[in-house]
Amino acid sequence: MPDPVLELRCVTKEFGEAVVTRVLHGIDLRVAPGEFAALIGPSGSGKSTLLNLIGLLDRPTAGEVWVRGEQTERLDDDARTELRARSLGFVFQFHHLIGALSAVENVMMALAADQPRLTREMRRRSAEALAAVGLADRVDEDTRRLSGGQQQRVAIARALVRRPPLVLADEPTGNLDTKTADEIFTLMRTVNQAQGIAFLIVTHDPRIAGRCDRIVELVDGRILSDGPPGARA
Amino acid sequence: MWVDWFLALRILRDGRMQTLLITAGVAAGVTVMVFLSSLMTGLEASLLKKTLGTQAHVVIRPAEARARPLLGDAVARRVEATAQRTRSIDGWQQQLAALDAEAGILAASPGVTAPLFAIRGNGTEAVVVKGVMLERFDRVVAVADHMVAGELKVDGRGAVIGVGLAGKLGLGVGDRLRLQAVDGTSELFDVRGLFDLGNKAANDVWVLVSLRNAQTLVDLTGGVSSIELRMTDLFAAEALAARLRARTGVEVESWMAANAELLTALRSQSSSSTVIQVFVILAVAIGIASVLVVSVIQRSREIGILRAMGMSRGRITRVFLLQGALVGVGGSLLGSGLGAALALGFTSAVTDASGGPLLPIVLDARLFLTSAAVATTTGLLAALLPARRAAKLDPATAIRNA
Repeated sequence: MPDPVLELRCVTKEFGEAVVTRVLHGIDLRVAPGEFAALIGPSGSGKSTLLNLIGLLDRPTAGEVWVRGEQTERLDDDARTELRARSLGFVFQFHHLIGALSAVENVMMALAADQPRLTREMRRRSAEALAAVGLADRVDEDTRRLSGGQQQRVAIARALVRRPPLVLADEPTGNLDTKTADEIFTLMRTVNQAQGIAFLIVTHDPRIAGRCDRIVELVDGRILSDGPPGARA
Repeated sequence: MWVDWFLALRILRDGRMQTLLITAGVAAGVTVMVFLSSLMTGLEASLLKKTLGTQAHVVIRPAEARARPLLGDAVARRVEATAQRTRSIDGWQQQLAALDAEAGILAASPGVTAPLFAIRGNGTEAVVVKGVMLERFDRVVAVADHMVAGELKVDGRGAVIGVGLAGKLGLGVGDRLRLQAVDGTSELFDVRGLFDLGNKAANDVWVLVSLRNAQTLVDLTGGVSSIELRMTDLFAAEALAARLRARTGVEVESWMAANAELLTALRSQSSSSTVIQVFVILAVAIGIASVLVVSVIQRSREIGILRAMGMSRGRITRVFLLQGALVGVGGSLLGSGLGAALALGFTSAVTDASGGPLLPIVLDARLFLTSAAVATTTGLLAALLPARRAAKLDPATAIRNA
């Protein structure tokens, strides 16, 4: 079995000081290269907290988060930021594009995050990434003029442009109509199969989850089930 | 292009209205600074020129003669002060050589200054004869620039007098004038030129003659009664005077001591101008900081995304600091132009009876550079708080709360 791109070992997360609330209880999770997994669960089950820990945006109270074979708890903020830039792509429900930048500039920011200067090569690669998500003719467009689906495509291009081994997608189709949601899902699936990039998709949509290779179900901060779609109780 | 610059410029462009308002605020502040400074500097320069145009910055004189009681143990009921007569500075040649070598002194002029009478026909006027080495004296008090008739020459029996004295005695270039000391010694001089120093006292009483002639007239052969100095830095005069006093023991007076009231007025004027400018800068800083704080709040989600994509806290800080600095530079460019235009407009609008500017202004590169530096530094400092706030944003919280 290849080394996992992500591994969580007995991860616990608590919030609060006077009154401590445990949101995650000893989570163990491995994501292999090229996997296409869904993370499902009701509201308040700890999905977003888990995604923040995986995305190195937060630190666990106990346990270990390994990304590409690197234990992240030992790293300082700068090293985590650098690892995040190298290893993880993010797609959010509300695309979260930078309004001040054009489509291609938004994508370029992912390449330039840890670089001092913007280069022509960055622009070329960003334009290619936009073309790959079907936006070749919208490269210099103001992102605020794009439709919801097009904006989400820009966000996907931004997440993929560095070819990270793992993309974390938080409700990527949650704000889209069914047809556009299907298109976005198909796009992610195509990238996964063509480029071998692993995806961990947080979703409430059972249709989306059912089309993934693996479903991880989180309930009350614990993994209730983990396996292919047909294996769930 | 540098990523930090790119982002800062894009954010400023995106918030055009905010950027425009904040830049206009900085420009207004810089306009006030440039206008006030040019006016105050001009006023100060004009006052100093009028006051010091005919005055040396530092004057060295022999130590005052003091009466010394000769009685041993006897108690003197009263020690009478001796009458002061024109005396020479001991070893003035050596002192002059030392002064020529001293840093900060532009020119040193030894001379004999003494009260005499100027007589022409039935007219007699009390005058101050200044026996000078003309080349040196002209570097201390620029007489050559103020000649209105004849030439500035005092060789032989030549004398150069002020237009006031010329009017009182009915003298012109080529006329003869008798100078007479209190002991009756007198000499005839040819009036070679007339000057107008813009100072009534000097124009009415000064008579410039050669050093040798003055020495003869006041019986001070080989001696000088004063050494007058011009400084490179006007305001270093008192410090130099104190240094010379301590070193030589002679009497040394700076223009600052001789014109204490003027100095106090200048300092008060400068202080009030500084206070006004400090408050203007403070208002500008608060304006920049508040607009940038609002920008950070509005863009917190985007900052969170940039952090999530791998941008460091340092880069986020720099992006917002740059915005402050750019606004400072833009505002100072605009404000410098407006301030200069306002100052020039003001001087051409407010004129005296002769049509000249009533309030002179001084617009030099240093003023603009200082204003630009102050505005840019203010922009940077004002952006510090919002920049730190932006850098401290927790990306997870920023994205979740968006």
